[in-house]
Amino acid sequence: MAEDIKVIVFKLSDEEYGIEVDKVQTIERMMPITRVPKTYSFIKGVINLRGVVIPVIDLRGRFGIAEAEHTDQTRVIIVNVNEMEVGFIVDSANDVIDLNRESIDTPPEVVGGIKAKYLDGVAKIGEDRLLIMLNLSEVLNKSEIVQLESLEG
Amino acid sequence: MDMNQYLSMFIDESNDHLQSLNENMMGLEANPEDLSIVQVIFRSAHTLKGMAATMGFEDLASLTHQMENVLDLVRNNKLKMQDFIFDTLFKSLDALESMVQDITGGGEGKADVSAIVASLQAIVRGEVPSAAGSSAAAEPQTTAEAAAFLDEFQLSVLSQSIQEGHQVLYIDVAIRKDCQLKAVRAYMVFDLLERSGEVVTSFPSVQDIEQEKFDHGFSLYYITQKEASDIQSMVMNLSEIEKVTAVALDQETLTQMGQGMTAAAAEAPVQVAEPSAAPAPAAVPASAPVKEEASKAAPARTGGAPSRTIRVDIERLDVLMNLFSELLIDRVRLEQLASEVQNSDLTETVEHMGRVSSDLQNIVMKLRMVPVDTVFNRFPRMVRDLAKSLDKKIDLVITGAETELDRTVIDEIGDPLVHLLRNAVDHGVESIQDRLASGKSDTGTVNLRAFHSGNHVFIEIEDDGAGIQPQKILQSAIKKGILTQEQAAGYSDDEAIQLLFAPGFSTAEVISDVSGRGVGLDVVKAKITSLGGNVVVYSKPGKGTNFSVQLPLTLSIIAAMLIRLGSEKYAIPLSSIVETGIIKQNQIRKIHGSKMIEFRNTHIPLLSLSKFFSVPDFDERTEEETEIVVVRKGERLVALAVQDFIGQNEIVIKNLGKYLPEVQGISGATILGDGQVALIIDPNAFIK
Repeated sequence: MAEDIKVIVFKLSDEEYGIEVDKVQTIERMMPITRVPKTYSFIKGVINLRGVVIPVIDLRGRFGIAEAEHTDQTRVIIVNVNEMEVGFIVDSANDVIDLNRESIDTPPEVVGGIKAKYLDGVAKIGEDRLLIMLNLSEVLNKSEIVQLESLEG
Repeated sequence: MDMNQYLSMFIDESNDHLQSLNENMMGLEANPEDLSIVQVIFRSAHTLKGMAATMGFEDLASLTHQMENVLDLVRNNKLKMQDFIFDTLFKSLDALESMVQDITGGGEGKADVSAIVASLQAIVRGEVPSAAGSSAAAEPQTTAEAAAFLDEFQLSVLSQSIQEGHQVLYIDVAIRKDCQLKAVRAYMVFDLLERSGEVVTSFPSVQDIEQEKFDHGFSLYYITQKEASDIQSMVMNLSEIEKVTAVALDQETLTQMGQGMTAAAAEAPVQVAEPSAAPAPAAVPASAPVKEEASKAAPARTGGAPSRTIRVDIERLDVLMNLFSELLIDRVRLEQLASEVQNSDLTETVEHMGRVSSDLQNIVMKLRMVPVDTVFNRFPRMVRDLAKSLDKKIDLVITGAETELDRTVIDEIGDPLVHLLRNAVDHGVESIQDRLASGKSDTGTVNLRAFHSGNHVFIEIEDDGAGIQPQKILQSAIKKGILTQEQAAGYSDDEAIQLLFAPGFSTAEVISDVSGRGVGLDVVKAKITSLGGNVVVYSKPGKGTNFSVQLPLTLSIIAAMLIRLGSEKYAIPLSSIVETGIIKQNQIRKIHGSKMIEFRNTHIPLLSLSKFFSVPDFDERTEEETEIVVVRKGERLVALAVQDFIGQNEIVIKNLGKYLPEVQGISGATILGDGQVALIIDPNAFIK
């Protein structure tokens, strides 16, 4: 019997994604971002989170989805992975669900244009809701980004 | 039990104890007769041993244990301190230090210390190599040991007993390490022995044994009718006894012991193991006053009052600081709102809150201040060792050790200071012969002082050595190709001396031949400059040299110039700004395709910050006049074009987080009064 985990659900475009709740520090409303020059385009800059300066990543940009205007629903999810504190800009985040580990399947090769390596798996909730579980250490892996940038640039 | 949570505490405290051991040992070396110092050392070692054993660092515990054995003999007047013992103890301290370091680095604190342990054990046995070559060291082991705690009276009692046909035994008892009530065990041994003979004396004394003031063994002299082997098996029959050795002493060994004693006392009063020099503590009434005196003196030395400080993780203080800056931002917001609302009660409350919060801010800042003592305290030992190895006599005089600096500076300043001190001892102070030849006293003095001045702390290292010869520096600079003959001619003596810090001077073996200075000083300078400080040398030939290091009080707060580029704000550290000004478009020239401006009769490059940072909403080319900030790195200057100066401000430096470790041209970030993040410009990035 696999254990239940709590998952924060957020939206990018029309897909739903999940991050395990213990990796999430807080979820904030959009706040002023200070641009940091000379860095990757998906790094939107840094924010002041209660006195700590934290870099913010546009998750759409990170996954190569066209970036969108920020709305009232836009949230910054502050995660803490491998001692790195990073904020993810997502379209909306408003759900926490319990998930049984067994219900997470290995991901198909490509989901919504995102490379499979960023994914931990896909969970099916209810009848027709699919939740894409993110592999945060891969999402934040910079060595791979460096390669990507050098290919592009 | 999970010990990990206690590990950092253990490391901190071990370091404290090692430091105090080092200090007190040096104090004892200067004043070997002062038993109260031994008492303090002993207690420190004892605590260290206990902590190490609790934490399961066996090697550490056993080495300290051996040290304790030696110290115990010393404090009980059974052993005189001398060079060999000092050296061995210092070596043990070094070994302990490296073990603790290993533990700090995540190791298990294991080390091969068998050589040191062997020397320590030899000292306990009384086998101390000595120039005099007489007495105890030459005696057989048991005799030496025996002489260590027998006085003349007891000796004669023993020898009489032998004459009367009794057995005189020297018995060594070891109690098992896991024994819970060793004093009780010891009592049972005594009790058993008393039934078939008489215990003349024991080591440690009976009183100490009763109070559990012994480790896992004790030895005693015993008069009986029984055979040694009988006694041995009798004692072995008691439970929890690990080992018993009983040696029968004959008349001859006793006589030898007596002779050894008198010889030692007469010939070499500073020798080891002479009970005649002091009342043997085994003779209980005589020893008591000595011990009392020592234990009374000891608390006086340590100040008596328990420490009124607590240890705080620096990260927690950082969190406190962060929260605090948040509070300040809210305060600004509240002040704004209050002025809009125009309610006098509200305004008053907000003003009061403002005062309280600025007091609080001061206190939070002060919490991060640490006395430089924490860096200085390792220097006396270092200078001692260095002077010894160089065969020099040096007095290190430390003043102002209570001067406080921010923890961030303290952590960084150690290495440069070590370098400068080594320099002063090695090259500054002359050899004893040279000193005497030039009419100085044979002991050189190195002054290490720290003091506050304005927003800075100065640390000076001054020696009374031969000083620096400017001419020799110039010559070697010419030889190294740093200067031409003509340039050198224009150098004043002072300027020549500052050349010591020039890069390229460092690796020059020529320099160490010529002046003996300049080895790696450019590295020292670079380090200090990177801390926002400065270092200068003053030297008078024949009188000595003074290295003066100027440091900022803290690294986490700097004075900066805030500038605007379109909608973005940046901070430039004031320490690297030479000048600010305004230039007109027609003052900008192009040399080799790059923009230059004239600045004090030279041309320096002009760099567009907005272009460098690709600022979206500003371009100075559209402006008729442009504000510039001239920044420097070392001797080189560059002008940065900006839109506006906002003003000078004290800013708290924050890093950009682990995800963004290095961004070109940016050294960090700070949070402005309105809660916005501003990036701090790293001027070094513009000067290649």
